[in-house]
Amino acid sequence: MKLINQIAFASALTLASIIGMAAGDAHEIKFGTLVIHHPWSRQAPGSADVAAGFMIITNNGKQDDRLVKATAEISTGAQIHDMKMVGDVMKMSELPDGIVIPAGATVKLVPKSLHIMFTGVKDAIAEGEEFSGTLTFEKAGTVTVDYEVAAPGGDMSGMD
Amino acid sequence: MRIVAAAALAIVLVTGAAAWYGASLIANRGTGSVFDIGGPFVLASARGGTVDSKSLAGKPYAVFFGFTHCPEVCPTTLYDMSNSLAGLGDAAKDFRVFFITVDPARDTLAAMKDYVSNFDPRIEALVPSEDQLKQLASDFRVYYAKVPTSDGSYTMDHTASVFLFGRDGRFAGTLAYDEPAATKQAKLKRLLGG
Repeated sequence: MKLINQIAFASALTLASIIGMAAGDAHEIKFGTLVIHHPWSRQAPGSADVAAGFMIITNNGKQDDRLVKATAEISTGAQIHDMKMVGDVMKMSELPDGIVIPAGATVKLVPKSLHIMFTGVKDAIAEGEEFSGTLTFEKAGTVTVDYEVAAPGGDMSGMD
Repeated sequence: MRIVAAAALAIVLVTGAAAWYGASLIANRGTGSVFDIGGPFVLASARGGTVDSKSLAGKPYAVFFGFTHCPEVCPTTLYDMSNSLAGLGDAAKDFRVFFITVDPARDTLAAMKDYVSNFDPRIEALVPSEDQLKQLASDFRVYYAKVPTSDGSYTMDHTASVFLFGRDGRFAGTLAYDEPAATKQAKLKRLLGG
């Protein structure tokens, strides 16, 4: 009986993870002429009060737009950052003017590069969870997006 | 004729001297890099007490500089290191990894203890004073700098490489942040095998 329970539990878990993955796969937000592909974040160490947000943004319009602000339900703040490796040094810089999304172009917010930095993260985010946030574009306005949380060190940039 | 011979001799002498000088520079660089990175330290540990680098004689170890308010490089490096340690098995049982904060103003011993509890238990957090940090930066040739952010807080730029030290206590190279995991693992295997 115990074994059957364990099998049932394992099956339920597997099913839940399949459904979870399916939900994660179809993850694209169309917003005016902008398409935001798969916003994601990474599980951060339990006590960390920062986390990073990534996504790929395509501007199908004829006018440039600009990502100027972000918020997230998990944090008190969110800043638009760039990160660069200069030799062996990691350099971080806040982009006070945001990120231009040129007409007809795709801009990638990916590890080791542009990202949203969530500051004052209240509760640790864990792999498999989702959280919502907003992105404000100069022209298109504000849109709500859901971030999927990847494993520590994971990378969902390649996903649709 | 004599002038030509003298000129030829001069050229031979100058070339020879240059070659000798060049060779000596290369030789010095070869040994210099091994001796020059790292230095003795006694630092407060998040496990209580201090870690004295003298106590590490005969044990391979790694040193990584970072901070807990770090959104990407630090957690990723420590996570990758945890995976590496798991994959190295018995070869890494006396291997020690030190995570030294470059932000001692915010990274208290308690904050660092919490932070590293998310990673392999062989990773130990150390908190230097500001003066100790300056000395470490000079000894390890590490760069760190505060970068103010719009919310009145700051983030840190810092050297993202992991420094490796062999059983002989000498600097044995680095793991670069953007190196493939397999390369890092091969370097660690070599370090632990020697």
